[in-house]
Amino acid sequence: MNDFWIILTGSLVAISCALLGCFLILRRMALVGDAISHAVLPGIVLAFLFSGSRDSLTMVIGAGLLGLITTFLIEFFHKKAKLQSDAAIGVTFTWLFAIGVVLISLFAGKVDLDQDCVLYGEIAYTPLDMIILEGGYLLAPKAIVVMSCVLISILLVIYFFYKELLVTSFDPGYATALGFSTAFWHYLLMGMVSATTVASFESVGAILVVALLIVPPATAYLLTDNFKRMLLISSGVGVVASASGYYLAVWMDGSIAAAIATMCGLLFALAFVFSPTHGILKRKLVRAIN
Amino acid sequence: MSNFTDFFSFSDPNVRYVTAGAVLITASSALVGSFTFLNKKSLIGDAIAHAVLPGICLGFLLSGTKNPLYLIAGAFITGWLSLYAIQYIIAKSRIKEDTAIGLILSVFFGFGILLLTYIQKSGNANQSGLDHFIFGKAASLVGADLITFSIVSILLITFTLLFFKEFKLLVFDRNYAVALGLPVKRLELLLTSMIVLAVVVGIQAVGVVLMAAVLITPAAVARFWTNSIRIMFIIAALVGAFSGLAGAYISYTAPSMPTGPWIVIVVSTLALLSFMIAPKKGILNRYFKQRRFRRTIQDENVLKVLYQLGESSKNFFVQRYADEIIRKRSFDKKGLHRSIQRLCSQGYLEKIGKLCVLTQEGKTRAQRIVKIHRLWELYLTTHVHIAPDHVHEDADTIEHFLTPELEADLEQILNYPVVDPHKTKIPY
Repeated sequence: MNDFWIILTGSLVAISCALLGCFLILRRMALVGDAISHAVLPGIVLAFLFSGSRDSLTMVIGAGLLGLITTFLIEFFHKKAKLQSDAAIGVTFTWLFAIGVVLISLFAGKVDLDQDCVLYGEIAYTPLDMIILEGGYLLAPKAIVVMSCVLISILLVIYFFYKELLVTSFDPGYATALGFSTAFWHYLLMGMVSATTVASFESVGAILVVALLIVPPATAYLLTDNFKRMLLISSGVGVVASASGYYLAVWMDGSIAAAIATMCGLLFALAFVFSPTHGILKRKLVRAIN
Repeated sequence: MSNFTDFFSFSDPNVRYVTAGAVLITASSALVGSFTFLNKKSLIGDAIAHAVLPGICLGFLLSGTKNPLYLIAGAFITGWLSLYAIQYIIAKSRIKEDTAIGLILSVFFGFGILLLTYIQKSGNANQSGLDHFIFGKAASLVGADLITFSIVSILLITFTLLFFKEFKLLVFDRNYAVALGLPVKRLELLLTSMIVLAVVVGIQAVGVVLMAAVLITPAAVARFWTNSIRIMFIIAALVGAFSGLAGAYISYTAPSMPTGPWIVIVVSTLALLSFMIAPKKGILNRYFKQRRFRRTIQDENVLKVLYQLGESSKNFFVQRYADEIIRKRSFDKKGLHRSIQRLCSQGYLEKIGKLCVLTQEGKTRAQRIVKIHRLWELYLTTHVHIAPDHVHEDADTIEHFLTPELEADLEQILNYPVVDPHKTKIPY
């Protein structure tokens, strides 16, 4: 049963990240996602200090706020101080991450968090933290409940606002002409990325969230030109990586989250070489025939 | 205060190691990082910092010891490989640079963690300390580390000085460097090797995540204070060194404080300050400059309205109420009063009770603006062939900015015309 819970948690995280990641890489904001996943650290620590527990809701709110602040700061430095955007990203997330680490050291006695946990999480422990109903029935691991809520919210937002999200990603100018607020959808997306990062950080760790945000969508991007199919394929890649990653980790006796990231990389490499539309083999063949 | 003197007397060998190590690494990384900053590839350093982890683990697995030479060799190889993979993915597929960087960074790091956890559980007694490469261990540097740090720093600084001109060309205009016949490929190889080297050594001081800051934040600070590339590199190195020193000092006075993050907080604070207050490029200066422009434009618009009112009443020196100005052109009431006050103190207007009137200087300045406006409208219709009803807005902007030289040119090109496209007289 543990295997099932762990793979299910991994898959839920992977699908949530993959869906959001598709929008990120279309917007050329993959690295903003990376930055957010680091920069939420002080938000997590502060939420922990205020609430005194690892209560998921305060954490999601704290980190969601930090994620929005990160997005805002990156744009502020880029637009107002005219700092080149790559440097704006680099300066912002390292600064916030450093503050987070210092906060952890400052309140070491009060905060039951450590850098290891933040970096690579511990998905193997998720089945231990079960939600227990009155009468002693085990419902499901807490992580599964939390991640299901996150995934459902993401699905609802994408389902109801598909057009807005798509148009503002592909063609901001056209979106503005249609009367959509690009800023609103931008910040909504970034807020969702931050919330997902935090909700998943206990299981896969904030840094390996990046792998799930970027790699499955990049893989899907090599396999299709249709955006809806890209959402489906990247979710599928995420699930396959979670399941195969779990068994790789069991076989090697290593970190599960890290193994999932490794499997994501492997799947990407396969698509990169063998994709029937965009793979390098196909390109070579086309060139050989011509 | 005794902390301060204790620290800066450097009598404690431990303090000496930590401080010297931190300063050497931050200063030399800042130099190398400045090139990646100028190349607009700031996050390459971040990717390499993550990608060295599997190399370190493989170095350990293959050699079975923690000999820094094997670890650094391993780190060097995967750091290199990551850079190559990023470039290969961008060149051979439709994946964009940012996605490729994020992809390689996370996959390499994930693989590194997988190996690290594998090593930790394999029960090899030697393995403790490998995670220094993830989180840094600046506070526990020892003499042997210092030797490595010094050698690497000296190498980095020497190569930066030796090939400064070549690297500069490479970063700013690669094609020109190729055309000059420079060995571009070999230079790029050298520069990337230097970056990888800086990262491999630097992450031991500040850790994987914060390495990017040590590389690029000093460059970002320096860029705000100068336009000269030489001075920029000097400032970057000094900022790097200062942050290293400050980080070491802070963790000396508060031993529970980690050195690496404090180095980054110090350098980031300098960066934020620079973004705000740097002369010319800072946000505050930009803000004040924009405000000054806005005020000048508003003041000139007030003068212009008074002049136009004067034209229709055939007397430029009629005393008028502020309301008359607003009736002609809508101004915010408070803003208009501030404008009138400024113009009075500059001698362009005179105020008699609630009435105001143009002075001779005021009339001259207003007349020039009106003239430029009408000349420009004429120029747009006759030379750029824009319809007369589309030229007003453009002229409304240019009238505040045209220099006297261009003004003279315009008069000559149009040969001192009498009327503008709307048949209004052009005043000289």
